[in-house]
Amino acid sequence: MSVFIIRRLLQSSMVIVAMSLIVFFGVNVIGNPVDILINPEFDQEELERAIKALGLDLPLWQQYLVFIKNALQGDFGKSFVFGQSALKLIIQRIPATLELAFTALIMSIIIGIPLGLFAGLKPDSPVSKTIMGGSILGFSLPTFWVGIMMIMVFAVMLGVLPSTGRGQTVTIMGLEISFLTWDGLKHLLMPAINLALLKISLVIRLTRAGTREVVLQDYVKFARAKGLSTRRVILVHVLKNILIPVVTVIGLELGNLIAFSVVTETVFAWPGMGKLIIDSILSLDRPIIVAYLMIIVFMFVTINLVVDILYSVLDPRVRLQDVKA
Amino acid sequence: MSVTSKTETIPELMPEVVLEAETSLQRFVSDFIENKVAVGALIVFIGIVFVAIFAPLLSPQNPYDLAEIDIIDGRLPPGSESLSGKPFLLGTDDQGRDMLSAIFYGLRTSLGVGAMSGFIALCLGACIGLTAAYFGGRVDTLIMRLVDLQLSFPAILIALMLLAILGKGVDKIIIALIAVQWAYYARTVRGSALVERSKDYIEAAHCLAFSNRRIVFRHLMPNVLPPLIVVGTVQVAHAILLESTLSFLGIGLPVTKPSLGLLIANGFEYMLSGKYWISFFPGVALLITIVSINLVGDQLRDVLNPRLRR
Amino acid sequence: MAEGNSTLAVKDLKTYFFTKAGVVKAVDGVSFNVNQGQVMGLVGESGCGKSVTGFSILGLVDSPGQVINGRILFKGEDLVGLPEPRMQRLRGNRIAMIFQDPMMTLNPVLRIDTQMIEAIRTHEKVSRDQAWRRSRDTLGRIGIPSPEERLKAYPHQFSGGMRQRVSIAIALLHKPDLIIADEPTTALDVTIQGQILYEVQKLCRETSTALIWITHDLTVIAGLADTVCVMYAGKIVESGDVDPVLDEPLHPYTRGLIGSVPSHSRRGQPLPQIPGMTPPLLNLPDGCAFRPRCPRADDACMQMPDITSLLPEREVRCFHPHLQGAS
Repeated sequence: MSVFIIRRLLQSSMVIVAMSLIVFFGVNVIGNPVDILINPEFDQEELERAIKALGLDLPLWQQYLVFIKNALQGDFGKSFVFGQSALKLIIQRIPATLELAFTALIMSIIIGIPLGLFAGLKPDSPVSKTIMGGSILGFSLPTFWVGIMMIMVFAVMLGVLPSTGRGQTVTIMGLEISFLTWDGLKHLLMPAINLALLKISLVIRLTRAGTREVVLQDYVKFARAKGLSTRRVILVHVLKNILIPVVTVIGLELGNLIAFSVVTETVFAWPGMGKLIIDSILSLDRPIIVAYLMIIVFMFVTINLVVDILYSVLDPRVRLQDVKA
Repeated sequence: MSVTSKTETIPELMPEVVLEAETSLQRFVSDFIENKVAVGALIVFIGIVFVAIFAPLLSPQNPYDLAEIDIIDGRLPPGSESLSGKPFLLGTDDQGRDMLSAIFYGLRTSLGVGAMSGFIALCLGACIGLTAAYFGGRVDTLIMRLVDLQLSFPAILIALMLLAILGKGVDKIIIALIAVQWAYYARTVRGSALVERSKDYIEAAHCLAFSNRRIVFRHLMPNVLPPLIVVGTVQVAHAILLESTLSFLGIGLPVTKPSLGLLIANGFEYMLSGKYWISFFPGVALLITIVSINLVGDQLRDVLNPRLRR
Repeated sequence: MAEGNSTLAVKDLKTYFFTKAGVVKAVDGVSFNVNQGQVMGLVGESGCGKSVTGFSILGLVDSPGQVINGRILFKGEDLVGLPEPRMQRLRGNRIAMIFQDPMMTLNPVLRIDTQMIEAIRTHEKVSRDQAWRRSRDTLGRIGIPSPEERLKAYPHQFSGGMRQRVSIAIALLHKPDLIIADEPTTALDVTIQGQILYEVQKLCRETSTALIWITHDLTVIAGLADTVCVMYAGKIVESGDVDPVLDEPLHPYTRGLIGSVPSHSRRGQPLPQIPGMTPPLLNLPDGCAFRPRCPRADDACMQMPDITSLLPEREVRCFHPHLQGAS
């Protein structure tokens, strides 16, 4: 088991290093590093001082090492717009994004798995056909447009939900969490559903495909031959086998959700890091862009790693294979 | 020790050799037609492509010709008329542009960018995939690692990264869209090519001293093509969606080439005041386009994949 | 065969599969009896419908298959059309089934104890501890060493033979009146096969359980069964007590099957085979299904022969059976 973890850790570190190289070269070779890292408002003298200070007159590989050294210490430079440490600004926004992403993830699981299970067990019923038709709609919908429509219907026309922003927060362990307050929930509902829409379709399709495959297996027939109730056969024998591949995919989707939150956060003015990055790209606040890219790559790789480990815990067959290896 | 047939629901049917009475193309068409919904979607999609190609001829107004628009006509609801009596079937935006015309032109841009990037990505990905399959070994492993790595990142993130570094412009968007798509094509083509390469008929063809080119075109292509078509339809839909998302966010196509995403973004600020049509109708157009592509793609996948019928 | 203390009486069972390609008559008018404590062998090649017969008895035929005709009298009660809750109470309890492939019979993601305990508790109100103890004891009885540890394991940690023993143990948990064993030893080594045959035989004798042993292997039947039914293309072509049938087979197909068993032929002689292949169930020829491969076929065989009882306790479906004296 530990061999497996070590191997995956090594792979993950290599990916992060590769990404840092891409970001670094993207900034320093493709883009003009002077424009990117130094505030374009500076005059000539300040410019030269800044170039020296940032070490831009050093050879490229040395610059890269400096970049890495700074990155490991959490220094990605100061934001042009806000003047504060880029990293700090992003980290402040992470809880809001994570809250949104997690809520969307949980929603997609709670709604998607039962629907997919039903569609898989009774594929010919009209309800199932509706579900599957709905799922096509789900991943064809442009998320941002649906968000706008939701605001128009629920906030403007019906007036039942707030249109934008995050609700009241409660601070637990230094983190600000909003779903624990009623106001917070009201603000969270629409963006979370909006973000979840795409994933719900995915979960439905995945669960349905898994169900249809599992139901044909011998062990399901054997379970029925033992006289087990249909409910137990489905909820224990079938579901547990489906959950393994579904959970893996869903786990990886968390990363996707975090990345895609840039859209939802923009539509709903949700104060997460997604909104920050879009604003920063538009205002060319490069230190934040660099910091965001590195952080999100790091988050991504970590999530993949955790999901892989989780998978081996859930599927006892995989566990044993690694012991043998 | 013999392993007899598994206890499946259907008892083992002995395979029969049936002479093919129809060509595979005929059979493909007849299979596809079975699903009426997909046929409907195909008709809708062809209609959309038609509109996109002939937009300048079909639109009541050229919304990007400053001479034709008048700001007085701005923000009119659907069904209104301009001062000169021209009907605005779907209303106007803040600049007085006819929404219907704007949507036609927008479809043109969206579909054009999506199709072009898809096509280039397909060629690029197919070449890379074939290279990987042909050379095998280290080359193959290296390429596939790259493909897997890229596919593990969400498309929007990759696009964001590239656009942040490269900046704005139509060519940059297309580069970003290609970068997001090529990996799917590469993986599909490589997978099919590997499967086909190991099949006996390739060896037989080699033995008969067919030229490599003939093998590739007459033998490999017909087998690599079906999964490629399936992946292609899905990818084009994704590309169009991604482009509109990026344009909405403001980092996509520039204002001079408005796609549906930008149209929706224009209407964003008016949603709170109830002028829904500026965002609503472009979104519906986008939705219909994507849904029709996906429905056709779904049916294509069902028809092309189960090779049990062969 | 006497219907006295009949555990299972199948009468004219027909199970058809309604597929897009056509109707597959997997079981086409099958009738037999199994008495208490009796072992009946159901013999035939792959695809002749013997497994489907087993599933039909338990009501486990999945769509597009359906039992469309016949009666299955289990201790007098007709199982065809029985409501599902009643059927669930019988399954695993009074009628148990052992499947062919031990790899896929046990759910790979659930522990052995889970799968055994649920089998117990679905039919009896006992505590988890009691069920656990019974599972452990049953495993011990079936010859599995250190059962406490084995219970905590997962199926893939067992060998094929062990898994099959667990399946047998589960089948025996409630001391059923009838066990249907669908080729339980086909996927196992010959040595394990022998052990399992012996154990099953012993247990059935001890508990007077009726046993239907489905197989394509005649040698297994020879040592195990009391009666035998030979199936071909969805129909029974010969049945009777096992020794007479194997020593003096009446139906040409049975004769061919026995003749093709390697131990029967003399050294140095080519192994006799039945020419041709089993027909696809979708496109059966007219008349007797064995006609294309039968050395004794003639025009009369264009009609489907009925079951006839030529000798006491012997039935055959043939116009030209091998009667006494003819070779």
